[in-house]
Amino acid sequence: MSEYIIRNGHVFDPVQGIKGDKKDIAVNDGKIVDKVGSGAKVIDAKDKTVMAGALEVHAHVAGPKVNAGRWYRPEDKHFDSHKKPGMTRIEGGKSIPTVFKTGYEYARLGFTFAMEAAMPPLYARHVHEEIHDTPIIDEAALPVFGNNWFILEYLKNQEIENTAAYIAWVLRQTKGYGVKCVNPGGTEAWAWGLNCLTIHDPVPYFDITPAEIITGLIKANEFLGLPHSMHLHQNDLGNPGNYKTTIDSLKLAENIKATNNFGREQVLHSTHIQFHSYKGTNWGDFESGAKEVMDYVNKQKNLTIDTGNVTLDETTTMTADGPFEHHLHGLNHLKWFNVDVELETAAGIVPFIYDPNNAVFASQWAVGLEIALYAKDPMRCFITTDHPNAGPFTRYPRVYSWLMSKKVRDERLNSFKKADKVISATTLQEIDREITLYELAAMTRAGPAKCLGLSKDYGGLKVGMNADIAIYNINPDKFPSDGPSIEKAFANVAYLFKDGKICVEEGKVVDMGHKQTFWVDAKVKENKQVMHDVREKFLRYYSVNEANYPVPESYAPHQHIISVDASGVR
Amino acid sequence: MPKEVTDVICPFCGTLCDDIVITVSDDNKTILGVKNACAIGAEKFNHQREPGRVTRPRMRQADGTFKEVSYDEAIDWTAKMLVKSRKTLMYGWASTSCQAMSIGHEIAEKTGAIVDNCATVCHGSSLIAIEDVGVPSCTLGEVKNRADRVIFWGCNPAHAHPRHMSRYSIFPRGFFTVKGHKGRKIYCVDCRYTDTAKCADEFIQVQQGFDYELLNAFRTAARGEALPDTVGGVPREKIYEIVEDLKQARFGVIFFGMGLTHSMGRNHNIDIAINLTRDMNDYTKFAIMAMRGHWNVTGSGQVLGWQYGFPYAVDLSRRDQARHQTGETTSVDLLNRSEVEACFYIATDPGAHFPVDAMISSSRKPTVTIDPHINCTTEISDLHIPVALVGVEVGGCAYRMDNVPIETRKVVEPPEGVLTDEELLTKISKRVDELIAGGGT
Amino acid sequence: MNTVTLTLKKVPELYLECEQVTPDTFAGKTLDQIAGITGYHGKEMPTMGEYFTITGESGATAAETKIVVNGDCTKIKYLGAKMTAGEMVINSACDMYTGAWMKGGKLTVNGDVHSFCGLAMAGGEFIINGNAGNYLGAAYRGDWRGMSGGVLRVKGNAGSDVATFMTGGEMIIGGDVDIHLGTHMEGGKIILKGDANRRIGGQLVKGEIYVFGTINVMLPGYKPVGEVELEVDGTKAKFVDYIGDLGERHPKRKGETVYGHLYMKK
Repeated sequence: MSEYIIRNGHVFDPVQGIKGDKKDIAVNDGKIVDKVGSGAKVIDAKDKTVMAGALEVHAHVAGPKVNAGRWYRPEDKHFDSHKKPGMTRIEGGKSIPTVFKTGYEYARLGFTFAMEAAMPPLYARHVHEEIHDTPIIDEAALPVFGNNWFILEYLKNQEIENTAAYIAWVLRQTKGYGVKCVNPGGTEAWAWGLNCLTIHDPVPYFDITPAEIITGLIKANEFLGLPHSMHLHQNDLGNPGNYKTTIDSLKLAENIKATNNFGREQVLHSTHIQFHSYKGTNWGDFESGAKEVMDYVNKQKNLTIDTGNVTLDETTTMTADGPFEHHLHGLNHLKWFNVDVELETAAGIVPFIYDPNNAVFASQWAVGLEIALYAKDPMRCFITTDHPNAGPFTRYPRVYSWLMSKKVRDERLNSFKKADKVISATTLQEIDREITLYELAAMTRAGPAKCLGLSKDYGGLKVGMNADIAIYNINPDKFPSDGPSIEKAFANVAYLFKDGKICVEEGKVVDMGHKQTFWVDAKVKENKQVMHDVREKFLRYYSVNEANYPVPESYAPHQHIISVDASGVR
Repeated sequence: MPKEVTDVICPFCGTLCDDIVITVSDDNKTILGVKNACAIGAEKFNHQREPGRVTRPRMRQADGTFKEVSYDEAIDWTAKMLVKSRKTLMYGWASTSCQAMSIGHEIAEKTGAIVDNCATVCHGSSLIAIEDVGVPSCTLGEVKNRADRVIFWGCNPAHAHPRHMSRYSIFPRGFFTVKGHKGRKIYCVDCRYTDTAKCADEFIQVQQGFDYELLNAFRTAARGEALPDTVGGVPREKIYEIVEDLKQARFGVIFFGMGLTHSMGRNHNIDIAINLTRDMNDYTKFAIMAMRGHWNVTGSGQVLGWQYGFPYAVDLSRRDQARHQTGETTSVDLLNRSEVEACFYIATDPGAHFPVDAMISSSRKPTVTIDPHINCTTEISDLHIPVALVGVEVGGCAYRMDNVPIETRKVVEPPEGVLTDEELLTKISKRVDELIAGGGT
Repeated sequence: MNTVTLTLKKVPELYLECEQVTPDTFAGKTLDQIAGITGYHGKEMPTMGEYFTITGESGATAAETKIVVNGDCTKIKYLGAKMTAGEMVINSACDMYTGAWMKGGKLTVNGDVHSFCGLAMAGGEFIINGNAGNYLGAAYRGDWRGMSGGVLRVKGNAGSDVATFMTGGEMIIGGDVDIHLGTHMEGGKIILKGDANRRIGGQLVKGEIYVFGTINVMLPGYKPVGEVELEVDGTKAKFVDYIGDLGERHPKRKGETVYGHLYMKK
């Protein structure tokens, strides 16, 4: 492995509290080290910004619905398929990039890790096939549990230990990373064409409420001591007035303590909260609920959130919230894709155009920015676009430009056709805050790493951590003042180091790195009840045999297994 | 001692039954027995031990006969053909694994080829319809556990997917369907009284080529609008009656096949059937699914999807761009219009399925066929390269008709010295690299 | 307006893809520069100079540039595709994607065209003095935005799937069409002077189709609501007004449902 010394860059690292000081970073054998020999290759980072590699905490980048979104939208890449010179493959797709483009683009933006946010266990092999084919970045995937029959049955009787044992079994079968819960109960209801819109709506047949599912999954997550918090997409996404259900859901985490060995302090991650922060009773009297939601989040310290920023593009929405996609299709009449997955979950897809001329979409844009700007603790609020739902991740540089420059954001706000309406429905215009580079490093590096339980190796530049380093052509002393310049600077790193190797140089991919698949192996006490239930459900209700359910080793040739031991937990 | 291998995945149709039990000889070389498979599936396994299997590549000679050649010679010839050709058709893929496809795509991207799969003469029209209007669907287990109305439209699983009805769609008892067949109402819509129709509670005979009109009538009836006396031979009263019954379903599902995809209007028949399904979701829960035929054709669409964003007919001939247009970059159109200069067939038999004109055009071009067996296509090829049977002699990932992937199992060793698709394609890819580095284009 | 004349020297062995032959690309270029523009021939990238004799002079802008193409263009794709202004005259039959994604200017083909011509056309005038193939003025695969503007006029017949997902503009077909005319239409106007085979206006949300000849089989989702006297493309006649597709969703305006209209000449 080569040695490097990155000289004179402005370093931003919340892990060590470094706020733009000029500092040298030494790299040896894939790790950040104290010092290197005189033969180390020198990277001149003078007038550049140096941060750890960024971590994507929530994106839909691999798996059955992502891919359905790809292939059923040929129009999404008919004019957007190209090959850049060099070692890269053909890359295509605006809203849902192909696996190659996904890997390259994340790397060009300075990312080194991405979490696939929703893996249907039955389709885990598909998810891993795509992860396998996605170059450069490390990835992991969260299996969905919020509508799983085992979970519904165990939690109906508050059997946390059985729930935990089943989760541990699924993580091993699917090579999954943690617990994802999407529209708890609502997606099972959707199998009959119904939904659960509040946390107290009973789930048909199973006689349980979303509140019980959420609470039970948080407890099971802590029972196991998994690296990541329970990752929640609340009920009633995208509807005016839903902020109350959001706060109700978040309150369920009160008084639950984080129990883990990964330095994670929170128990619940609430994702794409922009979509869950709406006041009003319909789209006519719609107002932002960002302030109310963030007031709660700011004071409730055992929560983390991500934003779900609307980027005002044509994109493709996709979620395991099946009933929501059906609802959305009823609004825009664009092609609707749905898959219900036996015993486990569902997924829907609808293309969507966030037209800036539309007051609702422009307001959603504003709500997403409000969320980030109201966040008092950048270590608990992460920037996402819920890719590709609120917009493609390739728009992060633009989102950063809106957050980091009031001027840029106000220009956008005031140029909306219905600017008056957006200004009156939201509080964005009153906010002066500009996110700093240091805060950005927390919101995209140190924060997500901690929330994912990866803070030992990721998200910082401390000696001993992974040499995942992004160097941007940004001089903090002369931070660009216009949107396009900010975007340009964040869109193509000067250098991206992944595990101590240069993978991107001036925006050009030069090495495919050594991509790893992360998953969590949770050990629990032998649980005969759960194993009996598994056997029975496969014999009677699944359409595949139990022996053909696991993800074979060969699908993740470079796996990074995180072990937890809950066998002693009572 | 012969031994049993359980949970084996059948390598025949898109139903991908994964409960096959195979008895294997002591030396892991011969299949002695097949349990649980349908007649066609069992035959697929039994092929393995048939005498006279080709185990070395065969090259066509000037006099028209085949001569055995080494794998190295075959690989070199194939790589040279691909590098020289300005536009190559690489068709097939449905009987191989996703891992092998991936290597094939890399070759196509390097040499400027079009990658197309069997959907092109099968459910391609369904894929076009889904591209146009999406699709509300589900996994097969959902049908087993929930469906109380099942419609087979223009498909005949009794012959084409023999275990579909017992595993998923008519007979099984599931979680919410404890009465099994008795709790389901089965409709069959077809222009012929098929063996599937015999299993149905109600058979609706539609005049051939009038499926679109009948589906249009169903949608019109569902909205309470007036109808003519008969549509496609079906009386108005019957249409209203069925639509009302479908609205009463708790969970309905439509399965469709070649009767819709290959009768007049093709994709439009699927398109409107999808729209009927969508309409039904305003009243209850409804899903629709294509009866994908050829084993892993679904997988080919998936791999092409995540690598290039299109499900079939992916034109990589420019090498810096992926394009897709049914009617242009589809195999039959490419052959009929002589848009390609060479043909590379793998894991399927276009000679048996393509229109005659297309195969005449194909036979005039340099052609390589990669297939475990002698088939119609090998006989009009310049080079036949035999390989191991995927799902029998080598594992690999395959996708079921509902897009559920299953890693298939190796049950016996391939004949000695016979390469797998993955091994062969890797070698071809390497040789292509050498030729390009050496100044080929 | 200046004219550049291209005369084909040799018929391509495969098919030649000439996306760059438009007034937009030619404008402001010298003949040498135009000759250096590349196309695709399989994986080869030949220059225009290899295939065409190029004479004349281009204008400073697209609007001031006219291109005349002579010789047998039956194996040339994408002529006039994406043009936004100026004029093109092709004195030959040509292949796929002629005038596709056209936004402006005038394109005349003195011959037949193959499929996917005028695909998702958004503006300008496209005249085909011959027959057209399938998917004339339709949407690209998967797109819900077909022809949205401009005028597309075919002298002869057109194939199937014409004007699928049309949302605007006007299409006039002098002859007959095969199946599926105006499927999924959501705006715009189609005038068919000849006969239609079947499935006219299937799944149509909005828009108007005028048929002077006959329709083989009328879809069950269409209902006659009266007769109207209309002047259509210069012809005055009495039409039976059908509304539909009654099996499809329809928008509402001021509480009234807006249907599509199919006018059949009496």
